[in-house]
Amino acid sequence: MSKLKSSGQQTADAPTPEDAFHEAAALEDHPSAPRGSKADGPVLSADGTPLKRSLNRALRMQKLRALMLIAPLLIFVLVTFIAPIADMLFRSVENQIVSNTLPRTTQALAGWEAEGADSAPPEAAYEALYVDLFLAAEAKEHTRLGTRLNYEETGLSSLFRSSGRDMDDIGEDRIDALEDANEAWEEEGFWYTLMTGGEGAAGNTALLDEQRDRLEALTGDSYAADIGFVPGQAISELLPRTARAYAAFALYTVVEDEDIVAEEEPWERVKIALTQDLRDPATVQALADYDGPGAEELRAAADLSGGFEEIDFKQTFLEIDEDWGNVDNWQTIKMYSPPFTSGYFLNAVDMEKTPDGPALRDEDERIYGLLFNRTLFMSLVITGCCIMLGYPVAWLLANLPMRTANILMILVLLPFWTSLLVRTSAWKVMLQQQGVINDTLVWLGLVDDASRLIMINNQFGTIVAMTHILLPFMILPMYSVMQTIPPSYVRAARSLGATNWTSFWRVYFPQSVPGIGAGSILVFILSIGYYITPEIVGGTTGTFISNRIAYHISSSLNWGLAAALGSILLAVVLILYWAYDKIVGIDNVKLG
Amino acid sequence: MTIAIIEPKPTPFVAGVTAIAGAFAGLLVGTAQGSSLIGLVAGAVIAAAMAYVFLDYFRQERTARWATVIVFTIAAFLLGGPAGAIVGVLFGLFFGWFIFWLGEGRHRAKLPPYTTGLQVFYHYGFRVICGLVFFFLITPIIVVMPLSFNAENFFTFTPEMLALDPEGYSLKHYRDFFTNDDWQQALWNSVSIAPLATLLAVSFGTLAAIGLSSEHVPFRRPIMAILISPMIVPLIISAAGMYFFYSRLGLQGTYWGVVLAHAALGIPFVIITVTATLVGFDRSLTRAAANLGANPVTTFRRVQMPLILPGVISGGLFAFITSFDEVVVVLFVGSAGQKTLPWQMFTGLREQISPTILAVATILVTISILLLTTVELLRRRSERLRGMTPG
Repeated sequence: MSKLKSSGQQTADAPTPEDAFHEAAALEDHPSAPRGSKADGPVLSADGTPLKRSLNRALRMQKLRALMLIAPLLIFVLVTFIAPIADMLFRSVENQIVSNTLPRTTQALAGWEAEGADSAPPEAAYEALYVDLFLAAEAKEHTRLGTRLNYEETGLSSLFRSSGRDMDDIGEDRIDALEDANEAWEEEGFWYTLMTGGEGAAGNTALLDEQRDRLEALTGDSYAADIGFVPGQAISELLPRTARAYAAFALYTVVEDEDIVAEEEPWERVKIALTQDLRDPATVQALADYDGPGAEELRAAADLSGGFEEIDFKQTFLEIDEDWGNVDNWQTIKMYSPPFTSGYFLNAVDMEKTPDGPALRDEDERIYGLLFNRTLFMSLVITGCCIMLGYPVAWLLANLPMRTANILMILVLLPFWTSLLVRTSAWKVMLQQQGVINDTLVWLGLVDDASRLIMINNQFGTIVAMTHILLPFMILPMYSVMQTIPPSYVRAARSLGATNWTSFWRVYFPQSVPGIGAGSILVFILSIGYYITPEIVGGTTGTFISNRIAYHISSSLNWGLAAALGSILLAVVLILYWAYDKIVGIDNVKLG
Repeated sequence: MTIAIIEPKPTPFVAGVTAIAGAFAGLLVGTAQGSSLIGLVAGAVIAAAMAYVFLDYFRQERTARWATVIVFTIAAFLLGGPAGAIVGVLFGLFFGWFIFWLGEGRHRAKLPPYTTGLQVFYHYGFRVICGLVFFFLITPIIVVMPLSFNAENFFTFTPEMLALDPEGYSLKHYRDFFTNDDWQQALWNSVSIAPLATLLAVSFGTLAAIGLSSEHVPFRRPIMAILISPMIVPLIISAAGMYFFYSRLGLQGTYWGVVLAHAALGIPFVIITVTATLVGFDRSLTRAAANLGANPVTTFRRVQMPLILPGVISGGLFAFITSFDEVVVVLFVGSAGQKTLPWQMFTGLREQISPTILAVATILVTISILLLTTVELLRRRSERLRGMTPG
């Protein structure tokens, strides 16, 4: 068997199926190997299958079992942690709100190119805007869109909010004229029968589903419920706009207001759509043959509608707010109509979208570059401070006798185990103008009572507090590396005539560099994303990019920008993480 | 084996070094009393004189030390009241010891005999620097403790406290913590979230760590990278992502949302500690158990688990402290109903309402000392079980 053993993989540990596998492979390569009486054929295991195959299966089983053990946690982490991160990355480019809220407008704008300040969008865009904005205002989604677009062009928020209020008043005289002519146009029941096309009429579910999708996209709610209304096939071919408007009204009434369609008077928009439909000569012609419910009233209304003046939607919108004539506003809507945008990322690096492509913002509007620079700079300073303070301590701990080192280690581990907020509040207590350090300095007479040092709510405070908080993360990796450096090397260097400095710098220091590297990356990664400490002791000049992210999530509600800023920060951290993995290996992280 | 040569040092050398230390101490006292220069000179002269007297005329260490302490304390009490007396005791202890330490040559006891004077100086200079770093590490935590007994609503020492007047101290902040509904609710929330998050993290994490430590795991590195990532990704990014994603799922602002988030954050710690324990685990033990007829469950329960238990417990403690100490994620994922202790402290610090925070801080420091001791004991036990000498 000794020959077999040498051809198999040598392992110091107990034999594993894999060892046996190698041995079996070796056996098959040398069929003439001394192996009992049966010289030829594969080696069989106890149950008669070839040994190679049965070992293969054992190995596969082992892999599978390991994966089964890992699977629950992996799924857990993927769902609770990785999916949220992915969601955030998605949010940083997602921009469906414009096309969801103003679908027809964005379609109408598709062919429009702004050339100069007076190239206003086509009349069709204004009409589409009326259709979209009326529905959005009913669903109260127009302010959300206004807020979103306001990030890009100031003033759009108030423009949308004020215009949304006036949507009901557009074409008032027409509706009045219609209702004066026949009171049936004010009756809920009449409208309902008209639009269903009477009992037993063929329904147009396609049109209903189309409106259902439209409302779902607009509000984000589910409209799957049965609403007790299906537009009639004949009537929706005859009066397409009215049918669409009425279907949207019916869906909204049932799902959001939880009312019954047949008992509610339709929106103004439905009546306007009717008069628009009836102005079409083709419709009037087709109407002559129509015999569904309400045909008489429709014919009368058609006669009346012929006399209406065309609604000038552009003029109407300009009367509501003259900013609707501003080409810049329209350009912003057009620019942000695609479902994905680089706008948030451009914002996050102090740029903005212009018709001529991305451009840097004005000097005084650039804040994120400054914040990123400050975050990087302060993290570097903190890392530097940690190296300077941590190196001597780690050296001392690694070179003292075990017993003493363990006692001193407690002084490092206690801050490490103490709550972050305790340490931050301790620094607040220490650094305040009426705090312990200032009091001590005043008591010693080193500082005048009137001119106490300002050490908090600025960069100094953040750097001191974070150096203290992150110092254990520097000392621990350095210590574990320095422990492995044999002291005899330095002694050898000394006995060969090196001075104190040379023996340290040329012999000891190079061996301790991995510890410095590991500690530095760890401290840098941790400090670059810090939020709590800068928030409490940082004031305005000592805050990090994370504070801005938190501000955008909880105060300004510009989630897309927060996500974009977060994605950039995440990219930086992941690069460092990768470097850390290369240098130290994530399996080698030690705690305590 | 070092040859220790302890021989008394000449008095002028000792006097000179003591004078420098005395000048420094005198400078501090003098500045506090209004005249730096007089303090500096007087300190140097007194210290040098003491060195001469103790080394040349009264070389009885024990008596001399006590005499120094008593004289210094009385003098300092007269100058600066009770707080001054504490400084006096410290100075007295220091000088009483320092003169004889130098004079008897004990400072060279642990150094090789060939070290030059300059090297001795560097050696102790280095230790002083390290001492200052340790001071920097530990002072903020120590300072909080006496302040939490402040009778006033200040974040600093009052004159009464410095005068050691019992009037200046009280337990009112502790009383506030234990009676105030906000704090009690926060404490209760913390206590009900952390254990469940720990349980989730430990049970999933231990299983996965066992899987990861077997020899034939495909894709070990990417899996490890994913499992460790909650520790590496900045908390604010995790918080933002979880906020967005959990609101989609309707978990935002719920107890379970916070528990899941905290469990995810605690998992890397469990993975790291348990895999570290499993590195030293002898696999032939499981094979031996299987050979003796135990099924995998029994093997795990009776053989593997007891051996890796210290690692599991310390991983659990890490996960617990992560959840117990976590603010950023709960700030976003939780709602007012899940306000935890750190969250309450955070709002308190931002709006600066009351020093009850310091009382809470002291309680938390006590808890962390207990946890630290437990983890340290477990680590030693684990190393002993694995046949290593505990460090």
